[in-house]
Parts: sequence; structure tokens; C-alpha cells
Amino acid sequence: MTAKLFSTTLAGAGLAFAMGTTMLATPAMAETLKMAWSQDATGLDPHKQTAFSSLRLLELLYEPLVRLDANLEVTPAIAASWEFNDDATQITFHLDPDARFQNGAAVTSADVKASFERILNEETGAAARANFASITGIDTPDAETVVFTMDGPNVPILSAMTSANASVVPAAEIEAGTIGTEAVGSGPFVLAEWVPNSKVTLTTNPDWAGGTVSYDGIDINVLPDETAILAALRSGQVDFALLNDPLIATLVPNEASLTLNKEPVLAYHVLQLNPARGAMAELGVRQAISCAVDRQEVLDTALLGEGRVTGPLTMPAYRTDPSALFCYERDVEKAKALMAETGYADGFSATVMAATGEPPTAAAEAQVLQSQLAEIGIDLTIEMMELNVYVDAWLKGDFDMAVALNGGRDDPYTMYNRYWTKAGNLQHVANYIDDELDSLMLEGRVETDLAKRKEIFAQFEQHLAEASPWVWLYTGYNYTAQQNYISGFAPNAMGSLFGLTSVSIDK
Amino acid sequence: MGYAIRRLLVFPVVMFGVSVFVFVAVRLVPGDAIIAMLGTESGLLTPDQRAALAAYFGLDQNWFVQFWRWFSHVLQGDFGTSTTYGKPVLEIILNSFPLTLELALLSMLIALAIGLPAGVFAATRKDKPADLILRIVAMIGQSTPGFVVGLLAIFVLSVGFGVLPEMGSFVPITEDPLRNLGQLILPALTLGTAFAAAVIRISRAAMLDILSEDYVRTARSKGLSDRKVIWRHALPNALIPVVTLSGVEFGYLLGGAVLIEQIFALPGLGRVVLDAIQQRDYALVQGSVLFVAFNFMVVNLLVDLAYSALDPRIRLDKG
Repeated sequence: MTAKLFSTTLAGAGLAFAMGTTMLATPAMAETLKMAWSQDATGLDPHKQTAFSSLRLLELLYEPLVRLDANLEVTPAIAASWEFNDDATQITFHLDPDARFQNGAAVTSADVKASFERILNEETGAAARANFASITGIDTPDAETVVFTMDGPNVPILSAMTSANASVVPAAEIEAGTIGTEAVGSGPFVLAEWVPNSKVTLTTNPDWAGGTVSYDGIDINVLPDETAILAALRSGQVDFALLNDPLIATLVPNEASLTLNKEPVLAYHVLQLNPARGAMAELGVRQAISCAVDRQEVLDTALLGEGRVTGPLTMPAYRTDPSALFCYERDVEKAKALMAETGYADGFSATVMAATGEPPTAAAEAQVLQSQLAEIGIDLTIEMMELNVYVDAWLKGDFDMAVALNGGRDDPYTMYNRYWTKAGNLQHVANYIDDELDSLMLEGRVETDLAKRKEIFAQFEQHLAEASPWVWLYTGYNYTAQQNYISGFAPNAMGSLFGLTSVSIDK
Repeated sequence: MGYAIRRLLVFPVVMFGVSVFVFVAVRLVPGDAIIAMLGTESGLLTPDQRAALAAYFGLDQNWFVQFWRWFSHVLQGDFGTSTTYGKPVLEIILNSFPLTLELALLSMLIALAIGLPAGVFAATRKDKPADLILRIVAMIGQSTPGFVVGLLAIFVLSVGFGVLPEMGSFVPITEDPLRNLGQLILPALTLGTAFAAAVIRISRAAMLDILSEDYVRTARSKGLSDRKVIWRHALPNALIPVVTLSGVEFGYLLGGAVLIEQIFALPGLGRVVLDAIQQRDYALVQGSVLFVAFNFMVVNLLVDLAYSALDPRIRLDKG
């Protein structure tokens, strides 16, 4: 046994040495943050890219007028200050006079105007245009002032402007048609090299007006398999990593040299029902499904308990106690009674679709839901799909039920307008029209008083949970892992990596 | 020679067939480049926005127009531009191919260096303990998926020894051969040992057949040493099935070892094709598959030519 152990150790050590030579050959770069993520950006155009993986990179290169801090408060970015007029139909931004693009040019109101005109131009194909479609005019009284006029009161527009999709780019670059091929922003880092799906090299922008970064740059490696990311952290190849898979993230605390950061996110796991299909058209059936689902059990089984049960409103400022919502305590008897009342005492068959690996727990969630709904006679067939095939069916509303992880926003209107107003762009995905939801949404949009907005959206949430077009399950965490010599990272609920600007490397 | 020329003349026909097949297959999969780029947010696009993006991705024409536009450019050596990378397709393929070729060669080298002597050795020790052990090892090696071996290797090295091959930033062999070898040795071992198992089994079986042939008995009766009989007289004839198997495996490897490239973060051809499919980057999928098909045909041709070199009795011209 000892001899075998010795020979195994020797063989492993030999191989380790052979590979270790390559590590020794790498010049030490103490001031560079070595980072890894599993999904690379898919493009450099901040107005067109919507994937989380792209936004994580773009928010380090570009800046919007305002951004959200770790507490999801709107804070200055390119704009030093801003104010709404009395009826919230105009918002004026005063730009930071020190803001500079990475080519040395000052960021002016003309750049802001050109950027938003580009977003609003239908030929650009910017998905974020929907959030700014209410803008009817952009005035630039001087080089440091921009005034946006909207077609009606619109408080949530400030929240929409915090997105990397609302980044300000140089007017000259728009003119030259180089947005997306060159990355000239005003953010904390400059893109030195990008080899798609392989590596990204960023250098610190010394002229960044937002503050000082304490290290020289970031080398990001794309390691598609998160097991390999964990291994790279263990072996010290990587200082900081972004993790998507909760099952991998939960292994990090086992390593004494590593720290796991986890931050509750706004994105929510949900079982989407299609109220335009068969039995789901019946309110009683949808409510029965809501009552039959044990949300905590789904969370514990699929996500190892890494999250918390949620209602529709996931943002801290508007979140309410979910246990007060309709049927958040599992009640199978009530569910069976509701099924019987609507003529489905014997249950029915349906298909639930889920995307392979997106989120990584999708299949497990579908399986737990399948077994829970079987108790009230619903025979679910699980259909796993490649992500784009899933999205294609999702956008067409072509499903009975769907396990989904939908993105969250810091404002309820921006988050749900697309689904639950009659004019919402994704109303056909939700397939559910409700006058009360529509009017509450529109009330919330124009209300400027926070306390009153909270009341309006609490009513909205209660009604949505009761109508049960979807069954909200839980929110998870964003995970990042770092070596213990890294400090100062401030995660936020949007999953932003902007907190890397305050990181120190103390090896 | 005539055989090789005849085979080369068939290449364009096969390539055209592959082009049509890939072109249609990739478009039959639901979801297009717009969905791949914007995900669920693509539902927020207005009809005009969608039309502008469709024109950008070249999806605004019917399939026949799209195919002809692409194929007529291919005939002129232009494989189109990747919508994901914003670069010419051929440039992306040629950038990722050297890694794939190197990994394939290294894996084949490891597989043959382990598999061939082990197979011959097992054949000469038929039904003895050494043969039994090698057969069991080969069976385990063949039935263990490569990704399991790869993940296990990563786990053991990082947890047990705190060391790992440098991953992510691939260094070409021309820049730094030592670092390059360090990055490729573990994936090559993972691929190579799995294939070595197959080589052990096939070379053992072929060797056993040959060793029972009359001419081997004659050689032995003439007093030739075992070493000479095995290595000079028997092995060249036993190589034919090994060459066939290696040819097919090498052809596959030239198409990229997708799982191994994914696990070890190697930017080879396999990952290019996988990413291209996920991003619905049609030009890149079509170009890469065409390239892989061409390589496969070349390898097949070389394997056929190798037969007649190994055994002059095989006359390809009359085949």
C-alpha cells in the first residue's frame, strides 16, 4: 500500500513538475488580476449585446450616465448629478467635466445625444430601445448638460439608464461606424486584447474620472468548464473567478486559501404557465398548481438551498414577505379541491420545457416540479432543449409550461412592463391579459413618491400571485470566488463586476 | 497514382454534397443568429429592428439565394465572415487548426507508443497473466469516456498536487514550445490513453492472426529469432487494421476533440464549431464543417495509399 502510494505520488509529482515548468516560465505579474469565467462576451457593441456574459465585460470598458451601487442606489457615472422636472416628463443630466474617453477626448453632451439617438434608431437593432421608446427629445443646452423629454411621466427611465446597454460612446466612433469593432469607452479599463472564447486582456485606464484602480489590469481566461475554474483557483493560477454553477460554488468554502462571495440576485426562477393553453386557461387550475408546488423543496433539492423563496418582486426596496402571498404554504388538499372545482379532478397531461444548462439547475427543477404536480394528477413530460431552441419556443409562447430563469431589474415597472401591460413587448410570451395588472403598472410608472409606489406594486404583486399565470419559485445568488489575498470586491445584486475597481491585490 | 487522381476527382462532388447538407441542417435547427445574440431580449425588437438585424446577418433572403451567395464565394476561396468574431471564416479556422493538428498528432503518438508494443506483447503472451491484465486495462480504457479521465486528471492534480497545466491563454508551439507542450500534454494524454486502449485490442487481435500464418511458422522453422519474426515479418502485416483504425481516429481528431477542448479550455477547431453552432454563426459552421470534411477525405486517401505500401499485394488501381 505504501509502495503503491509512493509510486502514485511520484508519478503525479513528475507530471506536475513537467507542467509546473510552464508555470514557472510565465513571468510574474503581481499587479495584474488573473481572472477566469466560463462564458465569454459575444460582442463589443454595448447597445446591442444583452447576454450577461457580454455585459460583465462591457461595464468595465464603457460607462452609462448613471450606475447602480452595491445597494442598488443610483449613483453618478458620467453624469455628476441629475434631476426630474415636477411632473417627471423631463430629466436633466449634468455631466462630470473630468469624464474622458479612452482616446483622450472629453465626454460631451453631443456624445450622449448621439449615443441615445443610436439606441433609438431602429436600424441599430438595440433591444434596450424598448426602455427608451418614450424619449421624444434630447436637448444639449451646453457641452455638459443633456435634457431628455419623455412622452409622459416616466420615473423608471432613470433605472433603465443605469444599464451597460445605455452606455455613452463617442459620437465620432458612431460616425465612423466602428462601434462593436473598436472599444472606446470612458470606463475604468481599456481593452488591450480580445481573443473570443479564449482570453481578454484589460489595462487600467489612468484617465478614468470615476476613481483610481490599485492594480495594472486584468487578464481574463475563458475556461468553459467550471470544474476547471475551481481547479485553477485551487492551484493558484487564478486570483478571481466568476461562477455560475451553484454546485461548483458550494465547493469553494472547502478550500482554506479561497473566499466565496455570494450576493442575492434579482433574477428569479419561475415556472411559467401558458394561460392560453388547455387547462391552464382556468384560474382554478393555475391556482391549484401554485398550491401544489413546494417552493422551498424545489430550492433545497435543485439548488441545495442556495437561495430564498420569492414572490414576483425581487428587488430589496419593493420585496415583501412571500409567505403572505397566495398559497406560498404548500396545500395539496386545497390544490386538489381547486382541480375538482374546475372539472380537472382526474388531472391532465402537459409538457414542461427547460433549457439544458441554463440555468445549470433547470433539469433538476423540472424533475422536482414533475413529482410535486403528479400528486394532484398532473402528468408532466419534461422536454430539455438547447438554449437557442428553448428561447425560440419561449419567444413564440409555444409551450405548456416552462422552467425559466428570468432577469430582474431594480425597478418593478422596468422589470415587468414587458409581460404584464397590454402593450408589453413580451405580452405574447406571458399570454395573459389582466386589466388590474395593466392599470397598476401604469399607476406605478407615473408615481414619483416612493412610499406610494411601494403600495401600488405590493398590490400588483399580490394580484399576480393570486392570478398565478406564473409560479414564482426563488432567487439564487451570484457567486464569485477569490484568493484570500484579494480584498475590497463589492458584489451587487445585478451581478455587476464593476466592484473589481475597488479590489486590492496583497500577495 | 491513377487511383489517387481518381479519388481526388471525387472530392469536389463530396464537398458539394457536404455543403448542401450542412447548409440545410444548420438552418433546420430552431433559433437564429438574432436569438443567439439577444436571447429573450430579442422579443423586445420592433419589426423594423428585426428586419435591420436580419439583413445584417444575411437572413433576409430565401435559402437558395443565401446558399448561392455563400457557395459562389467559397468557389473563389472566400468562406465568408463570421458574425460572432467579425473576422473571415478561413482566418478563424486556420488560427485554430494548428492546435487541433498538434493535439491530434500528439495523441496519436502517445496512443501508438503505448498501444502498439502493448498489443504485440499481449499477443505473444496469449492467455497468460500479462495478456489478461492488458486486456482488462484496454477494456477499462476503452469504456471510460475521455471527459471523465480529463476531469479526474484535473481534480487529482489540482487537489492532490496544487498544480495544473496553464489553461485559457494558449501559447502556440512557434512562440514557446515548452509552455505549449505543458498546456497540451494533459489533454493529449487523456485522448491518447483512451485511443491506446483501442490500439492494444486491435493490434493484439491482428498479431494473433498473423502469428498463426504459415509464413511465420516457416520463418520460425528457419531458426529466426522471436524478435525478428515478430518485428520484421509479422508486425508489418498486422499493421493494416491498426492503420485503418488510426486513420479514422485521426480524421475525427482533426475535426476537433470538442469535450477535451472544452474541459481544458483549448481554442481548437472543435470549440470553434461548437461555439459557432451555439451562436448560429452559419458561415462559420459551414466553413468549418467543409474544412473538417476535406481533412477527413485526405486522411482516408492517405490511409488507402498506406495499405499498398504496407502490403504490396493490395493493388488499389484494380480495386
